[in-house]
Amino acid sequence: MTRTRTPGISRRSTLALMGAGAMSVAAPWVARAQAKTIKIGMPTILSGRVAQLGTSSRNAVMLEVEKVNAAGGLAGRQIEMVIRDSKGQPQEAARVARELVNTDGCELLLDGEASSGSFAVHEVARDLGVLCIHTCSEASSLTADPKQHIPNAFRCVRQGIHDSIVGGSYAASIAKAKGLKKWATCSPDYAYGRDTTGEFTLYLKRFAPDVEIISESWPKLFQPDYTEVVTKILQAKPQALYSCLWGGDLTSYIDQANIYAMFSQMEVFAVNMADYTALTVVKNLPKGIHSGNRYIKTFPTTPENAAWGDAYRAKYNEYPTNWSWQNATAVMFLAEAAKKSNSADGKKIAEALKGLTIKCPFGADGTVTMRGDDHTLVGYAIGWGTTIPQEPYVPEVKAGDWKTIFELEAEWKKSKGYT
Amino acid sequence: MDIDALAGCLSSSACLVTQTTSGLIIGMLLFLVAVGLTLIFGVLKVVNFSHGAFYMFGAYFAMTAYQLTGSFALAMLAGAAGTAILGLIFERVFMSRVYGADVLMQVLVCYAFVLIFDDVVRMIWGPEFKAMGMPAAFQVMPLFIAGGVVPPYYLLLIGVALLAAIVLGIGLSRSRIGKVIRAAAHNPGMVSALGINTGMIYGGVFALGGMLAGLAGALAAPVRSLTPGMGFSVLIESFIVTVIGGMGSILGALIGALLLGLIRSFGSLGFPLFTEGLMYLFMVFVLVSKPTGLFGKEAA
Repeated sequence: MTRTRTPGISRRSTLALMGAGAMSVAAPWVARAQAKTIKIGMPTILSGRVAQLGTSSRNAVMLEVEKVNAAGGLAGRQIEMVIRDSKGQPQEAARVARELVNTDGCELLLDGEASSGSFAVHEVARDLGVLCIHTCSEASSLTADPKQHIPNAFRCVRQGIHDSIVGGSYAASIAKAKGLKKWATCSPDYAYGRDTTGEFTLYLKRFAPDVEIISESWPKLFQPDYTEVVTKILQAKPQALYSCLWGGDLTSYIDQANIYAMFSQMEVFAVNMADYTALTVVKNLPKGIHSGNRYIKTFPTTPENAAWGDAYRAKYNEYPTNWSWQNATAVMFLAEAAKKSNSADGKKIAEALKGLTIKCPFGADGTVTMRGDDHTLVGYAIGWGTTIPQEPYVPEVKAGDWKTIFELEAEWKKSKGYT
Repeated sequence: MDIDALAGCLSSSACLVTQTTSGLIIGMLLFLVAVGLTLIFGVLKVVNFSHGAFYMFGAYFAMTAYQLTGSFALAMLAGAAGTAILGLIFERVFMSRVYGADVLMQVLVCYAFVLIFDDVVRMIWGPEFKAMGMPAAFQVMPLFIAGGVVPPYYLLLIGVALLAAIVLGIGLSRSRIGKVIRAAAHNPGMVSALGINTGMIYGGVFALGGMLAGLAGALAAPVRSLTPGMGFSVLIESFIVTVIGGMGSILGALIGALLLGLIRSFGSLGFPLFTEGLMYLFMVFVLVSKPTGLFGKEAA
């Protein structure tokens, strides 16, 4: 006996139809749920020698995103961060950024890359038209050079030229007061080290024309031993030394220079010293090293800044870094711009970001501004001070004057052919 | 190029003392790492690309011991002993399986462990850089000898490295164990036939090589920042030393390391933008004039 199929709708077909019906009823709910969430992609450095900075960027972003989500999200949409490791390689950063947008469906990008990677991510943003906020690159040309300008990219980072103007002015005032005319420099031998040192000495000589650079040292990045550099500087007998070594290189250099008693023989200006990553690691921190502020919770000296630093430390059991405050500020800007435009759409947020001033714990006067014409952060707390070996590490910071920064920055842009 | 600065230094006793000791310091630390590398190659005929990891572990072991005990001597002991044990285990469990294998296989195994060891350090001590700090006994003013500046800690460092060189040299040439090791390097089959456990000799040599690199890491820990992957740059310079001195030669490693230290020390004055280049240039010069290195022997 054979079974024959009767015409009409079979049991299997009925089940299939019911399933399809259920899907069509459920689909709008799924779509609505997706619309409630907005994915923000973030390539950053989570492995390798500077992983600590990338991790601190991620921590700061998550700290602020939690606040934004608790307050209702970005124009009503909860933020979902998708954070990926670029390993500090520019080509990987570009690949990750592209994948975050095209595959993961991220609608906005926070670029947590160092300068080399940022320029690569910038090109991805140019190509895809997605809103991108650079949160770590200090290279001035990223936003100063009009060739780099795109309407959908912003920089929420301190800038090399700003630091050099403030640092040069501060160092010149010390040089004049103490008669420091013979200077040496010691900076890492790559674009950041050379550019930053060049800009610092440019403004140092501008404010103190008597200054003469009598010795230059360019150790390679991540060099383990600085003995020959230290002794070379000692031979030159300068009255002051400038360095933009950073991270583990700076702490190695300080430990090795310390046993030659270098810090008692000259004034030392290390722009990257006043960051907790270096301050808390050096076991025998010499007193009196001049440094620019990177991130310390005592500058600006406001309860808001101190509270933010404490909240970060309470959550992650470590101090924030310079990259932390910049990333936190980027999320604050996104939240305010979304509120202003009443939208989570990248183009509308970009429009709202132009010239936007927000309340911020890291502002020189309690606010920071995203400058409209070159899409870069201004008004952040910037200054120099001297170190002591215990907290607060840099007890007094002499704040830079933004009026002077703006004047000299405009002059610098002109000299570079940017305006 | 700043020939005036170099000439000025050579005519000043203060500068000569400072730069020469600076060269000795760089050279002696390099020697400790390179001699382990050359010893392992000489006996086991293996180019140990993972040797830099032992330098890294030595530094981390020393830092941890120093933090726990506050004793500098125990820190040095922990750095040296810890890496010796690690070297023995590494050789017995992994490296012993690739003796006689294709060179590419040996390189791949070593390279895999470079990555594994870096990640192990990252997991245990974290990805951020760390510092051990200078022991209080050495936080003193440097010595001024003939106008030159010499930190006391570096005198200790040079002394320890020199002692290691002497003990190693005499031990290998005069002691019974040294003779067995040299015999095993020359003819392992014969040594084995005489009833000597060559496996233990190989393990011992690997442990000794690891210990020397670990000691270098421990001695460097008070003045260098500790970070996963810190062994890599030291490894490259150690290879230059062994190539200059001759693979397998302990005296060659000593002379090569000291020459390299002095080149860096005086080169930074006369050729500040070409100091690294000078090291490689010197290596090329040695290889062209004597391809086996200064003290290397022609293959039989």
